[in-house]
Amino acid sequence: MKRSPLPLLTTLLVLVFFYLPIAVLVANSFNASRFGGTWEGFSLRWYSRLWHEREIWHAFRNTMLVATTATLVSTILGTSAAFALHRYHSRLQRFHYALIYTPLVIPEILMGMSLLLFFVALKIQLGLFTIFLAHVTFCISYVAMVVLARLQDFDFAIVEAAMDLGAGWWTTLWRVLVPLLAPGILAGALLAFTLSIDDFVISFFVAGPGSTTLPIRIYSMIKFGATPLINALSTILLVFTFLVVLLTHHLTREHHS
Amino acid sequence: MAEFLEFVDVSKTFGRLRAVDHVSLGVRRGEFFSLLGPSGCGKTTLLRMLGGFEIPDTGRIYLDGVDITDLPPNRRQVNTIFQNYALFPHLSVWENIAFGLRVAKRPRREIFNEVERMLALIQMEEHAHKKPHQISGGQKQRVAIARALINKPSVLLLDEPLAALDLKLRQRMLIELDLIHDQVGITFLYVTHDQGEAMSLSDRIAVMNQGRIEQLGTPAEVYEAPRSSFVAAFIGDTNFFEGRVAEIINDDYILMQIDGFPSVVCFNDKKMKVNDLVYLSVRPEKFRISRERPQLDGRYNLISANVEDIIYLGSHTKYWVRVDEYRLAISQQHGRFLLDEQPIRWKDDVWIWWHADDGYMLERYSEADELLIQTPPEEVGQNGAVPAPPRAEV
Ligand SMILES: Nc1ncnc2c1ncn2[C@@H]1O[C@H](COP(=O)(O)OP(=O)(O)O)[C@@H](O)[C@H]1O
Ligand SMILES: [Mg+2]
Repeated sequence: MKRSPLPLLTTLLVLVFFYLPIAVLVANSFNASRFGGTWEGFSLRWYSRLWHEREIWHAFRNTMLVATTATLVSTILGTSAAFALHRYHSRLQRFHYALIYTPLVIPEILMGMSLLLFFVALKIQLGLFTIFLAHVTFCISYVAMVVLARLQDFDFAIVEAAMDLGAGWWTTLWRVLVPLLAPGILAGALLAFTLSIDDFVISFFVAGPGSTTLPIRIYSMIKFGATPLINALSTILLVFTFLVVLLTHHLTREHHS
Repeated sequence: MAEFLEFVDVSKTFGRLRAVDHVSLGVRRGEFFSLLGPSGCGKTTLLRMLGGFEIPDTGRIYLDGVDITDLPPNRRQVNTIFQNYALFPHLSVWENIAFGLRVAKRPRREIFNEVERMLALIQMEEHAHKKPHQISGGQKQRVAIARALINKPSVLLLDEPLAALDLKLRQRMLIELDLIHDQVGITFLYVTHDQGEAMSLSDRIAVMNQGRIEQLGTPAEVYEAPRSSFVAAFIGDTNFFEGRVAEIINDDYILMQIDGFPSVVCFNDKKMKVNDLVYLSVRPEKFRISRERPQLDGRYNLISANVEDIIYLGSHTKYWVRVDEYRLAISQQHGRFLLDEQPIRWKDDVWIWWHADDGYMLERYSEADELLIQTPPEEVGQNGAVPAPPRAEV
């Protein structure tokens, strides 16, 4: 039987379409040439230039500050929301679920805009704090969804089993609930972390003077035409995000084997 | 009078549904006691109240003379085998079994010895390091048993422990459960909807229906002397007849009038009087069937019938015969097999008979029983084939 070459061809085309631009970007970040068009040999000069950019370091610090705090807060709130959604069943819960789910499908630009108007109306000084609040707002939803999926194949009978065997609430929490649910919660936290680091649209709306994050920094660098630096910075971001995604994947898969 | 484990007037209501309805029940020390009833009759709820996972609305529960009704689950001397085992997926077989002793902070040496002893009891020594998802259903079952027994509970609660296993494994575990009970000497409270399991394992059985106990007795008692038509139909197959007392023959026997039948002789253990309504149950194996008219004394009932269905089952044959409006199930053991004997065939006219002592009068006649009586006998008494009785609403 002769296999049709069509599926293979399509796959290749899609891969090229998706990954060629990224591959070019990564390659160019190691290109000694100032212009992407020609290859003038392997070089790390853009990375070393990046290392000495004070502005970049400032943006990096801001991004990390927002990402860690937003991740921490949204993980706690999102996990609580997931538990509440899973354990209690009432008509209000449908409403609760809709509230949690909506930020996942709302256009980012709408969310950024409404948050901006909201902060302005409340006369909250735009800056890192408003970016943090905005990130918590959408990260909660992602964390809640990831943890909820984990809870759905968690058999709560084992909590009763633990108590039946003599464990009190604390022992049950530490010996049963935490070890079993920690991977799911951690996966949610890592997702929140990457989303916060990557976010541009919403951050752009609610950022104030001096609160530039990395994605915003990249955007403004494009305006000054510093392409080789952007290539290097984007490659770093890419590698970092990729590592986090790998870790998340590993965590969510562990207990399913 | 006080039993080892005692439920006194225990009820539990969920919303408008009375899951357990004023149950009083005593279990003896060391006994293998079964709660038997159709799905949804409140067995699990009763067990969960003993485990401490539900608080009864009314009534008290006593264990060895102590009121345990309000104790939390971790402070009760009972352990449970949950319906789906509920093993800890992140712990090895060894650690699953050790869990109770670890929580109780027992010395290392003792934990080690006890776990090894349990592993030997369930013959799982070579699987000790495996995680629950790496062992089979029957093995999980045994680990769950060991995990519960290691705490030396006063009572071991088992909630349909065999339901998730296939037929072969179920029969093997049945024997193992029996052996383990003999070895450890702990009181077992066993919940099942399978009358076969309950009959073969139990010292005594409580038959439950709609949150109430219909009858409590040894397997032989509930089979041979069912108190209600529900019990008669749920435990094994049976044929029901409905009629009135026509005549008192003597202290022991009456004549009963059933539509479509000649007068029927019955053993009158319920002391019925003329014109009383009678519900009679006759088990399929109590009938005899033949093409030849037998010579019988007056204590037998002999009726002519027509064969509608035959199923040959090797050790015995099942017949369904029609007598007027009744379709009766008859089961016949095979004695000597004679090649030249003419077997009974479909549509044959036959004689059926049973001894007066083999019919059993039933006391009660509830709405739920009526449903059962209207069900053809072949659909009654098999696992789960009992039609869902209407629920008692509060
Ligand atoms: N937590 C609960 N909330 C509401 N109804 C329940 C709950 N637990 C059990 N029930 C109801 O109580 C009845 C008895 O249930 P159960 O004790 O599980 O029966 P069984 O174990 O005999 O099948 C069922 O109708 C069931 O739907
Ligand atoms: Mg049940």
